[in-house]
Amino acid sequence: MSVNADQVRHVAKLARIAMSDAEVEAMVPEFNNILGWVEQLGEVDTDGVEPLTAVIDNHLRLRDDVVNDGNIRSDILKNAPDAQHGFFAVPKVIE
Amino acid sequence: MSLNLKTIADLRDGFRAGEFSAREIAESFNAAVEAGRALNAYTVETPEAALAAANAADEARQAGDLRPLSGIPLGIKDLFATEGVDSTSGSNILKGFKPPYESTVSGKLKAAGAGMLGKLNMDEFAMGSSNETSAYGPVISPWKRNDGGNAALTPGGSSGGSAAAVAAGMAPGVTGTDTGGSIRQPAAFTGITGIKPTYGRCSRWGIVAFASSLDQAGPMARTVRDCAILLENMCGFDPKDATSLDLPVPQWEAGLSSDLKGKRVGIPREYRIEGVPEEINALWDRGIEWLKDAGAEIVQISLPHTKYALPTYYIIAPAEASSNLARYDGVRYGLRETGVKTLDDMYAATRAAGFGAEVKRRIMIGTYVLSAGYYDAYFTKAQKMRTLIKRDFAEAFRDCDLILTPTAPSAAFGLSEKMSDPLAMYLNDVFAVPASLAGLPAMSVPGGLDSQGLPLGLHLIGKELDEQGVLNAGLAIEERAGFTARAEKWW
Repeated sequence: MSVNADQVRHVAKLARIAMSDAEVEAMVPEFNNILGWVEQLGEVDTDGVEPLTAVIDNHLRLRDDVVNDGNIRSDILKNAPDAQHGFFAVPKVIE
Repeated sequence: MSLNLKTIADLRDGFRAGEFSAREIAESFNAAVEAGRALNAYTVETPEAALAAANAADEARQAGDLRPLSGIPLGIKDLFATEGVDSTSGSNILKGFKPPYESTVSGKLKAAGAGMLGKLNMDEFAMGSSNETSAYGPVISPWKRNDGGNAALTPGGSSGGSAAAVAAGMAPGVTGTDTGGSIRQPAAFTGITGIKPTYGRCSRWGIVAFASSLDQAGPMARTVRDCAILLENMCGFDPKDATSLDLPVPQWEAGLSSDLKGKRVGIPREYRIEGVPEEINALWDRGIEWLKDAGAEIVQISLPHTKYALPTYYIIAPAEASSNLARYDGVRYGLRETGVKTLDDMYAATRAAGFGAEVKRRIMIGTYVLSAGYYDAYFTKAQKMRTLIKRDFAEAFRDCDLILTPTAPSAAFGLSEKMSDPLAMYLNDVFAVPASLAGLPAMSVPGGLDSQGLPLGLHLIGKELDEQGVLNAGLAIEERAGFTARAEKWW
């Protein structure tokens, strides 16, 4: 499989990364190089092989459903680029 | 020997015996950090934190209340969240981020009495093998080729600042992280020792996520013993990390023994690959002789899917990265690009401005392999390959206890030599990545110098949870390699 500029532009949109046309054009061959290289995996028959989900056997734990922190709003907002009235502020979404 | 060139074990023991104070140790390293700025190893220096911990250690010695790392100052990779100190993962998108919390691993080291010298430079979000993708610029290796030239070399990556700091005597030990070789390859390039433990031994809580199913913290230091000391104080169950292993932490330092009688060491035939310099294979052969000399039996093994490990990794790691790095949206922390009208445009502009080229490349690849229509062809395929790679190791470990390989397919290369070719850069980790995909403990130990006078490393891979076996074989190599070379000070 190989990608063209439109597909790279679509992936950039999905990834929320703004890209100029020149950047998209530059990425097409890089993208195709990497995709061409990983396609060697097609040489291996993986029919009937289970995809790996946990690399080291471990069981997922449940914790008690209790509040174990909280009241740290100022800590949470401390690094916000724009915090207003105790909230994260963003550009207006609804006109 | 000046204090900043001593091992952690010697500093600890000398401090306890009253030969010098913790304050003297901290001052020696603070001075070395300041004098070594030309290497660009530290992104933030915290000499006051090192001195405060040293003063506490000196008081603790008076009071007879010593902790395992009292008196030892360490460097912390910038990937670890450190309370109130810039933690940026080498990225512009996190410039100025000061976490109000401390990562579990760095917190454990501090609770064990260690001080912090500063934060260490690294490839942006640990994506790189040369430390050149850092927003702070590359780290310069203290090592130079002996060809009379003055070429600036890479210390490797992504833990390049960590490696350079230890090699240059700017820290006795440091934290690193390893997703696909980021502890072991830089350790090999700079003539130091580094171990990645079994996945789940070290809590990932507070470590900036790159590829969560692969990321593991580990120590880098001058000797195997120093790595054992640090590792004991980094590992342990943490309920805040869902993949943390609920197991006791072995006493690896007390368990050190270089007697390998009864141990079988596997030599995987697939790791003899074309295009690798003869010196690398010659060192590997010497490593085999050293382990035999230590009493081990050598067996030939096969890991048939080795050549597929790198392409598997370069699907899985970018896929996980694209998900993990979705959090950098300019809303809650870090950079925000303003001057755009809509929320969507703000996300896209922020990420375009904040991420470097390699990070964007990996997010894009990851987004693509996870997208509708391609998920099974790439991501599911890679996860199946990962099962086969893990199975290769399980089968090999029926015939052996440990595996010996070279750490990297070359010595350190020059800055900018490989930046234009992502695939050439990725090949650096050809020997390191399979153990990462299988979650196994693995270590790099210096083995010697190449004809250019640059360090080369040997790589040991152990069964899951057998860090002791890895450390012991590493010690056997260390004792026989007699690696005492140091970069001549030019900085």
